[in-house]
Order: sequence, then C-alpha cells, then structure tokens
Amino acid sequence: MITKHIIPCLDVKNGRVVKGVNFAGLADVSSPVSLAKYYSDNGADELVFYDITASAEGRALFSDILTEVARTVYIPLTVGGGINTVADFDRVLKCGADKVSVNSGAIANPDLIREASRIYGDQCVVLSCDIKRVDGQFRLFAKGGRVDTGLDAIEWIKRGEANGAGEIVVNSIDTDGVKKGFDIEMLKAVSDAVSVPIIASGGAGCAEDFVDLFRAIPTMDAGLAASIFHFGEVQISDLKKLLADNGIPARQIRSKK
Amino acid sequence: MIAIIDYGVGNIFSLCSSFGAIGEEAVLTGDPAVVRSADKLILPGVGAFEDAARKLRESGLWDVVVEETAKGKPLLGICLGMQLLFEESHEYGVHRGLGLIPGKVVPIADEVPAGTKIPHIGWNGMHFPKDKPVSPLFDGLEEGDCVYFVHSYYASGCEADTIAITEYFAELTAAVAKGNVYGTQFHPEKSGDIGLRILKNFAQM
Repeated sequence: MITKHIIPCLDVKNGRVVKGVNFAGLADVSSPVSLAKYYSDNGADELVFYDITASAEGRALFSDILTEVARTVYIPLTVGGGINTVADFDRVLKCGADKVSVNSGAIANPDLIREASRIYGDQCVVLSCDIKRVDGQFRLFAKGGRVDTGLDAIEWIKRGEANGAGEIVVNSIDTDGVKKGFDIEMLKAVSDAVSVPIIASGGAGCAEDFVDLFRAIPTMDAGLAASIFHFGEVQISDLKKLLADNGIPARQIRSKK
Repeated sequence: MIAIIDYGVGNIFSLCSSFGAIGEEAVLTGDPAVVRSADKLILPGVGAFEDAARKLRESGLWDVVVEETAKGKPLLGICLGMQLLFEESHEYGVHRGLGLIPGKVVPIADEVPAGTKIPHIGWNGMHFPKDKPVSPLFDGLEEGDCVYFVHSYYASGCEADTIAITEYFAELTAAVAKGNVYGTQFHPEKSGDIGLRILKNFAQM
C-alpha cells in the first residue's frame, strides 16, 4: 500500500531556519542541513523548504544551502518561496530540488503552472494555496495569506490542476496556528474537486490530529506541519507508529544495522 | 568506475551526489569512450519515453549501451531508464526500447480501478517474489521496505525477470533483473538509506 506522507516544513531566511527550533542533541538548530538530516533520519517522507528571504544575497545563500541539503539527504525535496518565473524553477531544480511549490507567483502569472509543467513535468509542479473562509466561500489569499484575492479557492485549484499542477498544498488560514486539528471541511471540499495528490497543512497540534485527518479523508495523501515538529512536541517516528497502530499505512524507519 | 549516462534527460543532481554519499566513484558522462571504459553503467531518466529514446539514439549511446551490456557489464536503469530496457512502450503511441529485457511498458491507468490517482507518487513497499531467491540488488533489505516512486506507466509481461513488485490498487513491477541488466521503477537516490543501500549493492557487484 502506498503510505501517507508526513512532511516537516522549514522556513529559511538568509540561509538559516527561522522560528525557534528546539531539539536536544542538535548542535546547530538553525542550520537547514542539520535539520534536514535530523528529519530524514527520523522518518520524514519529504521535506519542504520555503525561502522567505527578500534580498538577492539571501537568494544566493539559499541556493548554496539547498545544494548542501540535497547532498546530505536522499528523500524528496520541495522548494517554495519567491517562485515567480520558469527561471526560478530552473534555479532551484539545479540545486537539487525535486519539486517546486508556487503560490503568489501563480496568482500573478496564471500561465506559470502551464509553462513549468510542460518543461519539467506535472510531478514537479506543486500548487500551494492559502485559504480562508470569507462570506461563506473558501477564498484564495496571496502574499503569505495577507491579501484577499477575491478568487474562489476551489475554482482556482481546479484551474491549477487543469494547467498541470501535480500536487496541491491546502493551507487553511482559519486553522493555522490554532493547533486544534486540520481543517477537515476545507480539505474535504478540495479533495472532492480534484484528483491529484493533496497535502493538508495548518492546524496540527498533536499526533492524533494526523490520525483524525487520514480517518476523516482516507484519500488524503499527506500531512504537513512546522512548529509541532520543530519544537519536538511530536516526533515523526512516534507519529508513524501511531498511524500504523491505527491501520493507516506509514513508512517506518528501521534502526540502522 | 561507474558511468552515469548523460543523454540530456532529467534531474540527476541527487543521483550523482548519492554515489559520493556511499563512497563510490561515479562520473556523469555522455562520452561513448568513457561509457565503454566504465565498470558499470547507470541509465537514468525522467520524462516521456519517446523523447528519451530519441535522445539516447541521437547521443550515439544507444548502441554503446547494448554492446557493453552484451559483454556482461552491469547496467542499472532507473525510472524511465528502467522502462527503456524493455522491448517497447505504449506511452503516446508505440515506441521501441533497448530490448534487453522481454516485456512492454503500459499505462498504470489500464490496470487500476477508475478514479485511482495517477501518477503513482510516493513511498510504497517492495515485495519480493516468493518463488525465487531475493536479488543481490536487495542484500540487507527486508520484505516491505519502502522506496520512492513517481510514474504513470509500468512494465508488464516481465514476470520471469521481476525481482520486486509494489501494490498500488494492482501489482506493479518495482524492479527487474536479467543477467547483468537491472532496473528499478523507483528512485533509489530518493529512497533514503534503503535506496542508498541498493546503489551500494549495485556498485559492489
């Protein structure tokens, strides 16, 4: 059986992981390379890096760091943040990314998904969406969730799929940071609308929230979270065991021989 | 020395660096002379079959691969590189492959229930055929170990040479071996420690 993916997400600014990270035994808790290795060894199925740097120097630094990460861990890497053109795809893919996540860049340039998927294949293009309920509608937000685009998120995601997005990240602004569980209602609505893999994001507060997610929506492919992993509230290896105990297929890491 | 055959397809950054991670010497090359002088060959590949087959022919490496493997040189095809080992592919028309392993490449969609998500993307378990010994490619691995797949087509009619299958609403070929020719549908260079072990096993054959 194909397994459900557990994905830690790391925000990188000027080559360092932002948001405090709290792990015993990690000498450098803001090094993307050390953290990538830590997560990979503990059972992460994939890693997502968001480059939240604004400056050109920061971008260059991010490319160097990404190259180093890709030389250190051998699991799929997804990169997002500041992806506005096909040239941005090229830049991060050459550094060892496997998939590229687009968000505001696709809103500014709706042809971006189509162009990139023609060149690199659908499996390479991830459409990431920040969604919030407005007037009874699932509304698409841009610029890190700060700007209401006025667009219906479900329609936007359907269009993205038709244009060649191979995966959809659904980040619920309504549940993000609340730590009371994933936004099942919103995720179900997206799941019913498209047939490409969907990654749930926003709201995980404990390991049981992932069990609830995959139970409520058996076709959901992956769960993504940041702080609960970074602060050690949930160990990915423990989460994987909990999923397996609940009959949810999850990849277990074997102890090294 | 291992030659990773460069014929202009795919994202091979991780594949190249993974050999460094396991302490094996590998070079990325499109030079027929270097390919001929290598001890072992890796045929990578991402994208569409027809395009990859055309590029392999145009690079002049098609015949080199066929001749070198005929001499007994170990070859490992990865993902689309594995599909190229077969006689033909039915991806957008019918296209001829290297013909090193009997069988054909067909759409997953033909085998699985309607509504199944295609491509088959993600970590899935490998299962070894019960009626033959486990391939040396999988030394140190266990039944059910997960590897990373990304594909919409799979090899069919190759049961005699299948060394691992995976289950995705149907039984799909995960790896094949015929003599010195090996192929993995999954990406060992993206399959963590299990994948690195597979590459190490191949490197030490």
